[in-house]
Amino acid sequence: MEHFLSIFVRAVFIENMALTFFLGMCTFIAISKKISTAIGLGVAVVVVLAITVPVNNLIFNHLLREGALAWAGFPEVDLSFLGYLSYIGVIAAMVQILEMVLDRYVPVLYNALGVFLPLITVNCAILGASLIMVEQDQTFGESVVYGLGAGVGWALAITALAGVREKLKYSDVPDGLRGLGITFISVGLLSLCFMSFGGIDI
Amino acid sequence: MTQQRDVLVDPIFNNNPITLQVLGICSALAVTISMTQTLVMCLAVIFVTTASSLVISLVRNRLPTNIRIIVQMTIIASLVIVVDQVLQAVAYDISKSLSVFVGLIITNCIVLGRAEAYAMQNGPWLSALDGFGNAIGYSLILIGVALVREPLGAGTLMGYEIFTPVSNGGWYHTNGMLLLSPSAFFIIGLFIWAIRSWKKDQVEAPEYEIAANVQYREVM
Repeated sequence: MEHFLSIFVRAVFIENMALTFFLGMCTFIAISKKISTAIGLGVAVVVVLAITVPVNNLIFNHLLREGALAWAGFPEVDLSFLGYLSYIGVIAAMVQILEMVLDRYVPVLYNALGVFLPLITVNCAILGASLIMVEQDQTFGESVVYGLGAGVGWALAITALAGVREKLKYSDVPDGLRGLGITFISVGLLSLCFMSFGGIDI
Repeated sequence: MTQQRDVLVDPIFNNNPITLQVLGICSALAVTISMTQTLVMCLAVIFVTTASSLVISLVRNRLPTNIRIIVQMTIIASLVIVVDQVLQAVAYDISKSLSVFVGLIITNCIVLGRAEAYAMQNGPWLSALDGFGNAIGYSLILIGVALVREPLGAGTLMGYEIFTPVSNGGWYHTNGMLLLSPSAFFIIGLFIWAIRSWKKDQVEAPEYEIAANVQYREVM
C-alpha cells in the first residue's frame, strides 16, 4: 500500500508531467486562459490517462515484450518495436470510445468535456505516461496508480497556471513579452515551485 | 519560385512554430540540456516532419475526413519507429539518453499541426518544403536554447570543455539551475521577447487596457 502511495505522490508532485517533464505543453499553454476550461481539460486528461496507461501496460506485457507471446506458441518473438504504433492506436481508439460512451450515458459530462476530448489524442502527456510506464517496467497495479497520479498532477498544474494567467491579464507587461512570452516565464516560475517537492520521499 | 522560398523561409522567423504558433514545445525542452542530444533530436524531427508532410500530402485526396487523424498518426508513428530503430542501431548511447523523447516525436504538435494545416491542402513538393522549413525553425530555437544551457550549466559544449569548471580546477562556477527544467522556460520566454521586439507585428494585443494613472495629478 505504501509503495502505491509513494508512486502516486511522486507522479503528482515530484515528477509532474507538465512541469518537470515538459509533457503536454502545447495544450498546457494554449488552453490555460480560463480556470473553468482548464479544469474541464484537466478532468478529461485524468480520465484518459487512468484508462490508457493500464491498457497499454497489459498490451506491452502480454503481446509486445520479448517472450510475451509464449502463450500463443511464439516464445522467441519480440514485438517491442511495434510499441509506438500500438500505444498511439490504443490512445486514439480509447479517446474515441470514451467520447461515444460519455455521449450515450453521461451527456452532462460529455457536454462539459466535449471539445477537449479530440485534443487529448495529440497530448504528449498521454503518450508520454505510457512510454515512461514501459521504461520503468511497471506492474499492472503500479501502472493504474501511476496513470491516475500523472493525470492528477497534470490537471493540478494546468489549473494553477490558469489561475496565474487570469490575474496576469490585468498587469502591465512589456509589449514583446505580452501573451506567450510572459506565460512561458510564469510556467518557469511554477515549475521552480514544484521543484521544492523534490525532497519529499515516502 | 517566390512561393517556394516563402514556404521554406517563413517559418524560420516570421512564423516560427515555437515562438508564434505554439507548436512542438512538448517533447523538445527536456533535450536541450546537451548540444549533442539537441542536434540528434533536431535531425530526427526534420526527417519526420518532412517525410510525414510529403506522404500525407500524397494521400490527401484519398483520405476520408473522419478517420484522417488516425491515418496521419499511423503514418507519423511508422516514421518515428524507423528513426528510433536507426538511432538504436547507430547511436545507442544517445538513443538511451533521449529515452522517451524519441517516441514523443509522434505527438510533437509540429508534425501533426503541419500535416493538418498545410499538407492536407497542398501538393507534395510544397508540403515537404513547408515541413522542412518548420522543422528548421524549430531546430534553430532548440539549438539556441541548448547553446545557452549547456555552456552555462555544465561548462561544456557537445561534451568538450569550454569554461573549465571549478570542480576541475578551473574558474567557472557552474550554474546548476540552467540544467533544471525551469530555466528552459525562462530562456524561451526571453527568446520570444527578443524576436517580438525585432518583429513588432508579432506582438499580441493587450486583453485588458489599463487606464492611465491620474491619481498623482489630483494630489499635486
